[in-house]
Amino acid sequence: MGRRVLVTGLGTFWGGRVAQALEADPSVDVIVGLDTREPTVELDRTEYVRTDEGYSILSRIVRATQVDTILHTFLVVDSSRASKRPVHETNVIGTMNLFAAASQPESRVTDVVLKSSTLVYGSTYHDPVWFAEDTPRSSSARHRVERSLIEVEAYVRDYAIDNPQVAVTTLRFSNVLGSEIVTPITRALALPLVPAVFGFDPRVQFVHEDDVVRAIMFVLDRRLGGVFNVAGDGLLPWSEVAAICGKHLAPLPPFGRRLYAGPLARLGVDLPPELIELLTYGRGVDNRRLKRAGFDYLTTSAGAVRAFAEAARLRGALGRAERVPYQYERDVEDFFRHSPAVVRD
Amino acid sequence: MPRSQSSSTSRRKARTGGSSRKLVAVPSAAEQRAAGRKPREDGGVGQEATKQEPAEQEAAEREPTTQPGTAAAPTSTELDDSRLSDVDEWGRSEHLRELLGRIYNPVYDHWFRVEWEGFDKIPAEGGALIVANHAGAIPVDAPSIMHGIERDLGRPVYGLADEIFKRVPVVNVGWSRLGGVQAHPDNAYRLLREQQQLVMVFPEGTKGTGKTYSERYQLRRFGRGGFVQIAMRSGVPIIPMSVIGNEETMPIVFKLPTLARALRVPYFPVTANMLALGPLGLLFPFPAKLRIRVLDPVRFDVPPDRPRYSRSRVMDASEQIRQTIQDSIYDMLRKRRGVWSG
Repeated sequence: MGRRVLVTGLGTFWGGRVAQALEADPSVDVIVGLDTREPTVELDRTEYVRTDEGYSILSRIVRATQVDTILHTFLVVDSSRASKRPVHETNVIGTMNLFAAASQPESRVTDVVLKSSTLVYGSTYHDPVWFAEDTPRSSSARHRVERSLIEVEAYVRDYAIDNPQVAVTTLRFSNVLGSEIVTPITRALALPLVPAVFGFDPRVQFVHEDDVVRAIMFVLDRRLGGVFNVAGDGLLPWSEVAAICGKHLAPLPPFGRRLYAGPLARLGVDLPPELIELLTYGRGVDNRRLKRAGFDYLTTSAGAVRAFAEAARLRGALGRAERVPYQYERDVEDFFRHSPAVVRD
Repeated sequence: MPRSQSSSTSRRKARTGGSSRKLVAVPSAAEQRAAGRKPREDGGVGQEATKQEPAEQEAAEREPTTQPGTAAAPTSTELDDSRLSDVDEWGRSEHLRELLGRIYNPVYDHWFRVEWEGFDKIPAEGGALIVANHAGAIPVDAPSIMHGIERDLGRPVYGLADEIFKRVPVVNVGWSRLGGVQAHPDNAYRLLREQQQLVMVFPEGTKGTGKTYSERYQLRRFGRGGFVQIAMRSGVPIIPMSVIGNEETMPIVFKLPTLARALRVPYFPVTANMLALGPLGLLFPFPAKLRIRVLDPVRFDVPPDRPRYSRSRVMDASEQIRQTIQDSIYDMLRKRRGVWSG
């Protein structure tokens, strides 16, 4: 009896990749993906269901498909992508509906994996250099994204306590770098001068995008419950990150963010407040709990930065346009899957 | 009651036994790099030959591109972690320290003419918490102790300091590159327990450096005993040190509390240096002779890694260490012939 997996956020970078990894896993029978947008990667046997942002249809879907695993990958961790209302809507209300659906009596859910972020730890000068999974925050959340993520994790915790038979895993990923992902940090590193906060050279930590998907699959496989930090070994000063990418730093004033954020955003330089904080104080998270559970990382933080730099260099050298993103062709896929005219072995 | 243990001149095994092995087992290659250094054959005060083997092992692990093939190396050291700089997770750069050490050497040898007593009591391996008295408006005892230990014993020293350093632009980068770490208990625990490093802390804090000249050498209360708790929890000994001469390098004649509040600094001193040289006086300490005496290490016979320790025990130990350092200061002052000549 194979696994039946529900993936939220199929249209996002992570949802699509995780679905691809699940498709390659023979022990997974059914994969259903939800999102408001169509998937952007090629998928073979994943069913895509278009929902609204709050996933209000979720209960019916969970009941109908009898999924036993839920992968919640659609949490907004980048406040530049969505302004305040949709962030809250997506993160908190979406998660509420997700867990309401999973708690209904007809649900057969036995595993829940939440893709969270180390943003929940925050970044201030009170912080210790390393955050372990149980290290408390040293200050209250000051950014809406952080607050919504903390609320989401609180929901997950409550759900785990109320449903001890379900293996609930929260994975807190630190900033991701890799050959394909686009985040405010990658955009900052792609500028001719990399922004930095004047007078500060914090140590930051990264995880490679392949390690993100591998960590999710690892946790799904082993049915580990609990909270895990997922990040590469080692911390790097921001100046070294820019140096690996072959760039110089452009200092920003350490105060008055509101004054320069607007004009810079209009120029295309996107600096959300949590990124500025990260570039002032940095953040390190202890990744040993997942390692003790048996996970092996592919790269360290420095390795992730180098992979990103090499991919950027390659793109710059080749100069041609990005390969055409996969255009989801729903009718054609329906035909391949359901038509009796297609010969199946 | 803390048991004072007199050290022999022979090298003591670290408390956790085979600490160099423990350093190898630490996952991050960068952490390993920070853990050890080749000892200098400098002929420093009281140095005896340290075991070459673990030091070489650690030095080999410092090379970013060579993969150590030691038996205890975990899989993560096989990951390619080549870096452009040697800044470790605490922000410390050995390269920069060495560079500044070369600049500070003449100051150390000829301006302050630092002299150590009992240097061999500082362990050559294993973690330890160094505790000393603190004085001077801009203290020179901290860099001198760190420089002395790094030069003559070859071990890195991390200095715990108030979080105010982490907030100030520009200064915080230099401070952390030279080994400054914010005084958070998690940081101290990790440095001492897991990485077995030497960590230096001044429990008097800014109360110590803010003393005016008339209150010189009277040690203030050693905080709330936090340093004792950290040492107990990490299972490392405390090495008390007494320093004389630091009060006279930058004696505070009086303070300006209003200006201090306006600038949001703990105190704003008017020092004798400033009276003599104008505002440049803040950069220019007097050439008082610094004498540093290392007292017997204090070990606690409590198990490590407990969430809490008996408060009365902690306060007792803290007061006892303060008293030991105070007595030693008085003893050294009695023997001192002159401020400048020692």
